[in-house]
Amino acid sequence: MMGQGRLAAWGVGLAALVALPFVYRDPYHLHILVLILIWSFAYTSWSMMGRFGLVSLGHGGFMGIGAYVTALLWNHAGLSPWIGIPISMAAAGALAMIVGYPCFRFRITGHYFVLVTLALSGIVLQVITATRDYTGGSLGYTPNRASGNKLLALQFDDKTTWYLIALAVWLFGIVVWHWVDRSMARYALEAISEDEDAAAAAGVDVTAEKLKITLLSALMTALAGAIYCQYQMFITPDTVSGIAVSLQMVFAAIVGGLFVSLGPTVGAIITILLAESLRIGFGTKAVGWDNLVYGVLLVLFIIFLPKGILGSLLDRLKLQRKVPRAHEQKAVQVARPGT
Amino acid sequence: MGMQAFLDVFDIYLLEAVINGILLGGVLALLALGLNLIFGVIDVTWICYAELVMIGMYGMYFMVQYYGFSYFVAAPLTILLVAVLGAALHYLVIAPLLTAPPINQLLATGGVLFVLQSFATVAFGIDFRNLGIRLPVLALGDMNFSYARLLSFVAALVGMVAVYLFMTRTFTGTAIRAISQDRQIMALMGVDTKRIYLITSALGGALAGLAACLLVLQYDVHPFVGLSFGPITFLICVLGGLGNFIGGFIASFVFAEIISLGGLFSDLEWGYVLAFAFFIVMMFIRPAGLLTRRR
Repeated sequence: MMGQGRLAAWGVGLAALVALPFVYRDPYHLHILVLILIWSFAYTSWSMMGRFGLVSLGHGGFMGIGAYVTALLWNHAGLSPWIGIPISMAAAGALAMIVGYPCFRFRITGHYFVLVTLALSGIVLQVITATRDYTGGSLGYTPNRASGNKLLALQFDDKTTWYLIALAVWLFGIVVWHWVDRSMARYALEAISEDEDAAAAAGVDVTAEKLKITLLSALMTALAGAIYCQYQMFITPDTVSGIAVSLQMVFAAIVGGLFVSLGPTVGAIITILLAESLRIGFGTKAVGWDNLVYGVLLVLFIIFLPKGILGSLLDRLKLQRKVPRAHEQKAVQVARPGT
Repeated sequence: MGMQAFLDVFDIYLLEAVINGILLGGVLALLALGLNLIFGVIDVTWICYAELVMIGMYGMYFMVQYYGFSYFVAAPLTILLVAVLGAALHYLVIAPLLTAPPINQLLATGGVLFVLQSFATVAFGIDFRNLGIRLPVLALGDMNFSYARLLSFVAALVGMVAVYLFMTRTFTGTAIRAISQDRQIMALMGVDTKRIYLITSALGGALAGLAACLLVLQYDVHPFVGLSFGPITFLICVLGGLGNFIGGFIASFVFAEIISLGGLFSDLEWGYVLAFAFFIVMMFIRPAGLLTRRR
C-alpha cells in the first residue's frame, strides 16, 4: 500500500518528468531519455511474469511481432498504427497463448519453459529473416514516411512529443505493475512460484493464472516493440527480436531488481547509459564491446548480487525498518521451478 | 506419361531430401548428446552451447586458413580447445552457482552467450568466413550428396559410439552415470563430484568441438552462426526429454527430417518454422517428451 509520503514523492517526481522537455531541450539527451523510457517499459513488461519465476526468453519474439506487424500493416496495407498496434498486440498475445497453454497445462516449468520460450524467440527471428521479400530480412525495415496526417501515422519529428508519449507508456507500465502487485493474482502467482501442487490444492487455477499474466506481459511487450518502431523508424530483426533481445530484457531486469516496480527502469538506465558511453568512448570500434560488458556484468550480477542494484538497496533500507515479507527474503531465488 | 515423369523426379528429390535429413540428423544428435550429458550429470543447461561450437569453428578457420595446418591436425586441437573452454565455463561460472536456483545458472550461461558472441564480433569482425575446403560431391544415380555431410554423419556416429564406450567401459564413465542417477549418494561413496563435473563439462565441450569441426565444412563462420542451430538443439533436447540420451538421439533425426523436407518446398528457415510448429503440436500429444523420463 502506498503511504501519503510515497504518493507525494511520486507526484513530485512525475511533475518534474513531464516538465523536463519544456525546460531542457538538448535533442541528444532527450533521445537517450526516450530510449530509456521505451526500454524500461519493455523490461517492466518482462518482469511482470519474470518476478513470479516465469522466466521467459521468448519476449524478443513478442517485441519483434509488435514492431514488424505494425510496420508491415502500415507499409503494405496502409493501415494506421492506431489500428496496426492493437492487431500486432493481438498477434503477439495469440502466439503467447499458443505456446503458453501447453506449457502451463502440462507443467512445463523451469529449464523446459526457458528452453521452449528461447526457441520461440529464435523462430520469430528466423521467420522475419526468411520473409525477406516483405520484411527486408536482416538488412532492416523502415516504415514509410507519412505524407498526410502525422497524428494518424503516429510519426512525429520533434523529440518533445516522443518524450511525452514514451513517458505515458512507461507510466502505464508502472501502473499496471502496481495493479498486479495489489491484486489477488499476485498472491496466487506467488503461491504457484513457491509450490505449484500446494497452490493447486489450495484452489488456485494454476494454468489460468499463469496464462493471464503471460498474456498481459506479451501484450505489453508487443506494444513496446511497436512504439520503438514508430520512434526509431527503422528496425532490424536483431534489435527488436531474437534471443539477444530476450536476454537483454532479463539482464536489465536482474541488474535493476526484479522484485521492485522501478527495478527494470533502473536496469534500463544503467544498460543504456553503459552502451551509450561505450559508443561515445570507443566510436565505431565499440561494436560488440557493449554486449561483451553486458555479458560479463550479467554473470557477475547473478553470482554476486542476484537481487539487483535497486532491490539490494531497498533491502538495506528495509532491514533497518521492518522485517521483509516472506517472498522477499527468498527473493534471491529468481525462480523455484519444479525440479 | 507427363505425370509419370513428374512423379519420378519428385521421388528422386524426396529421397535425396530424406537422406540429407538423416545426414543432418547426425550432427544435431551430436549437439543434443553434449547438452543432454551436461544436463543429466550437472543438472545445468548451457544456453551458450551453440556459441561454444561457434568458437570452435573460428578455431578451425584460423588454424587451417592462417597457420596452414591440415584439417586433420586442426580438428583434434579444436576439440581440445573447446573441451578446455567447457571446463573453464564450469569452473568459472557454474561451480560458484551450484547451490543457486537452476534458473540463475541457466541465465548465467545466457550471459556467457553474450560474452562469446560479442567477443567473436570484437575479435574477428562480422564477416562470413569459410574454410576454403571444397569437398567433392557424391553422385548416386540422379542424387547428389556432399562428402562434407557424409563425413559429418560418420564422424558424429563415431563420436557418439566413443562417448558410449567411455561411459560404459571406464571407471570415470561409470562414476558419471552414477552421479546422474544420484548426486548426494555418490559423494558419500567416495566419488569426487567436483572432478566428475569438470570432466563431464570438458567432455561436453569436446563434443561441441567435434560438432564445430564438422559444421565448419558445411557452413560459413560468423559471430551469430550459433543462433542458426542453437534453438533447434534446445527443442530437440526438450522433445527427447532433457537428460535422456536415446530420446535426444531419436528427436534429432525427427527434426532433421522435418527441416530437410520442409526445406525441399521452400527456404531452410521455413523448415525451422515447421519444426517449431511440430514441436508445439507434440507438446500437446506427448508433453513429457518422446520417451518419458521427466521429474
